[in-house]
Amino acid sequence: MSEYIIKNGNVFDPVQGIKGDKKDIAIKDGKIADKVSSSAKVIDAKGMTVMAGAVEIHAHIAGPKVNLGRIYRPEDKLFSCTPTKGMERMGSGASIPTTFKTGYEYAKMGYTTAMEAAMPPMFSRHVHEEIRDTPIIDEGAFPVFGNNWFVLEYLKNHEIENTAAYIAWLLRVTKGYAVKVVNPGGTEAWAWGLNCLSVNDPVPYFDITPAEIVKGLIEANEYLGLPHSMHIHPNNLGNPGCYETTLDTLKLAEGMKAKNKFGRESVLHLTHTQFHSYGGTNWGDFESKAKEVTDYVNKNKNITIDTGNVTLDETTTMTADGPFEHHLTGLNHLKWANCDVELETCAGVVPYIYSPNISVCAIQWAIGLEIPLMMKDPMRCYITTDHPNAGPFTRYPRVIKWLMSKKARDTQINAFKHKDKVLSQTSIGSLDKELSLYELAQMTRAGPAKTLGLGHMCGGLKPGMDADVAVYNFNPDTPVADPENIEKAFSRCAHVFKLGVEVVKNGEIVGTVNKRTLWVNAKVNDNPQVKRDINEKFLKYYSMTQNNYEALGHHFVPNPYALEVDATHV
Amino acid sequence: METVTITMKNAPALYLEADTITPDTFAGKTAAQIADLPVFEGNAPSTLGKYFEIAGNTGATAADTKIIVKGDVRKVKYLGMKMSAGEMVIEGSTDLYVGAWMTGGKILAKGNVEGFAATAMKGGELTIEGNAGNYLGAAYRGDWRGMSGGKILVKGNAGSDVGMYMTGGEIVINGNVDVHLMTHAEGGKTIVKGNATSKVGGQMVDGTIFIFGTIETMMPGFKPNGEVELEVDGIKGKFAHFIGDMGERHKKRKGAVIYANLYKKI
Repeated sequence: MSEYIIKNGNVFDPVQGIKGDKKDIAIKDGKIADKVSSSAKVIDAKGMTVMAGAVEIHAHIAGPKVNLGRIYRPEDKLFSCTPTKGMERMGSGASIPTTFKTGYEYAKMGYTTAMEAAMPPMFSRHVHEEIRDTPIIDEGAFPVFGNNWFVLEYLKNHEIENTAAYIAWLLRVTKGYAVKVVNPGGTEAWAWGLNCLSVNDPVPYFDITPAEIVKGLIEANEYLGLPHSMHIHPNNLGNPGCYETTLDTLKLAEGMKAKNKFGRESVLHLTHTQFHSYGGTNWGDFESKAKEVTDYVNKNKNITIDTGNVTLDETTTMTADGPFEHHLTGLNHLKWANCDVELETCAGVVPYIYSPNISVCAIQWAIGLEIPLMMKDPMRCYITTDHPNAGPFTRYPRVIKWLMSKKARDTQINAFKHKDKVLSQTSIGSLDKELSLYELAQMTRAGPAKTLGLGHMCGGLKPGMDADVAVYNFNPDTPVADPENIEKAFSRCAHVFKLGVEVVKNGEIVGTVNKRTLWVNAKVNDNPQVKRDINEKFLKYYSMTQNNYEALGHHFVPNPYALEVDATHV
Repeated sequence: METVTITMKNAPALYLEADTITPDTFAGKTAAQIADLPVFEGNAPSTLGKYFEIAGNTGATAADTKIIVKGDVRKVKYLGMKMSAGEMVIEGSTDLYVGAWMTGGKILAKGNVEGFAATAMKGGELTIEGNAGNYLGAAYRGDWRGMSGGKILVKGNAGSDVGMYMTGGEIVINGNVDVHLMTHAEGGKTIVKGNATSKVGGQMVDGTIFIFGTIETMMPGFKPNGEVELEVDGIKGKFAHFIGDMGERHKKRKGAVIYANLYKKI
């Protein structure tokens, strides 16, 4: 394989504590190396910023609800098509791009690993077909567990070992990566016309509370020692006053410790925190509670979060929180689609316009920025847009601009129609902090990689790690004259390497790799009861047999990469 | 105002996607530069000059530019798409999306136009001397934002789904319309001097429809609300007033529910 040496770049690598030193990064056989031979191809990165490839911890980029969005929003493709160009296949879509465009766009911004945040287990085959067709980036997918009948039945009696055995089985057959929880119990309650808006609202028929589901899944996750923590979208998303439910959810992790061999320290990952940090009692007195939520997270080291930044775009919301999407279509009167998944989950899709002329949208924008600016440890807070819910992932460079420049934030605040309301309902105006490139590397590389249990592979530039490298045309030694230059530099990389292959040069796709599907192979003791329960559920309830359920073989997972976990000793 | 004339001399075998034929794109360009403008014939990239003979001069801005389109352009789509100012005269009949997304200026089509004319139009004037196809002044496929401003006049008949998701502006049709007039509309006005068939104003939230002729089948969701004397487009008469669609959500203004209005000339 080719050797490369990236010379004289300003390197930012939290894994090794490198803060902008001028260093050479050597690449050999797909890995970061100590040194390379004299025949290595030289990349001149003088005056540029060099970081590890970025890691996306939460995005909706593959699967049935994403595709439902593509199908029912032809207008999202209007004027957003990219024709075939060089190595690139054609693509289309703004908030829900085609699979190929998704891979290219991530790569061009320097992202080399991404996680699909909600895989309906029954449709894992569809998820993996889309992952297969998304070029360049390594991907994993989180199956959803929070409304799954098996989980509800086991956890009602606090059967952690059975829950763990079921999780291990499901991860194996769906080639899943982590335990995702969406509106625990609430989506299932919706089948009875109800919802769970607090952690103590019981789920009808199953007679279990969201609190019991969340605690049980954390315990099962740590029983197995999975690479990632339990990853949660709590109850009561998006409602004024929802921050109390968020804090109640976070408190469930108190006293719990991470047990795993991957270096992960958190037991609970709170996703798209922006949507869960609202105060007020209605849309009129709607206000930010980012401080209350980040204060709690700052104090409790076993929690990590991602932001869910609102980017002020027209986008497509989609979540396995089916009742929330039904509620949302009642608010904005735009079209609604729903995708029920038998015993497992139920996703909804609604287009949404985050207008800078609407005070609630502008306050949401401010909350999304307050959270990372208020977090004391950037290794525990990661930048996301909950793509496409708060905005498309292609807006990351803009979010980075807002975080790195107070001037850019002030420009946007002054452009809001209800500027005064934004300033009175949030504290965005008084936050002077500007993110450093080192903190950016923590929030987009080292941090998410560590929490995903991938810290040994990616998110850093230590010799031996995968050679995922992004080179940005951004000189940290010269002051930023115009914040727009930040957005421009982070939009299109000068060079991107994935597993040692140059995939992007001057913002264009120039190469591709045999992308990998990351999944977790958890070995557990033989559990006849869980086996019997699975057989019974398929015979009695599922509309398909077990043989048609598994995502197996080259068609679905052509290049699997398993993280091995052994929980048989427990 | 300067005038540039483009004449079809070499008709395309497949349909031509010519969204570059607008005063905005032509403004400030020479005939040779216009000939080099990109178009698609089917899925193959091509240039305007391959099909059209270009004569005359363009103005410095779109507002100073008038385009006359001559010859057989029945296989040309997107004439005047997104135009913001200036004028365009289409001497014959043409295909889909005439004046789609236009925000200003004037288009005169002397023949018939096919479907999706004035899709999501925001401003300007579109006059069609022949017949219009389906989805006149409607929203793009899947979208909920139809015509929001400007004026459309059809001297002949129009097809189905006229003014679907319309939110503003005015459509006048001197002839008849087919099914689904102003479906889902949330504003705007349509005047039909001829007859309408069925599903008139289905799921309409707000906006106004005037029918001078007959309505073959009334929507059950429209409720009679008396009779009124009105002057519509310069014509005085007595109209039966209906409000609806009762099955749809409606906004309130000062405590009163705002319905869509349907007036049928008696």
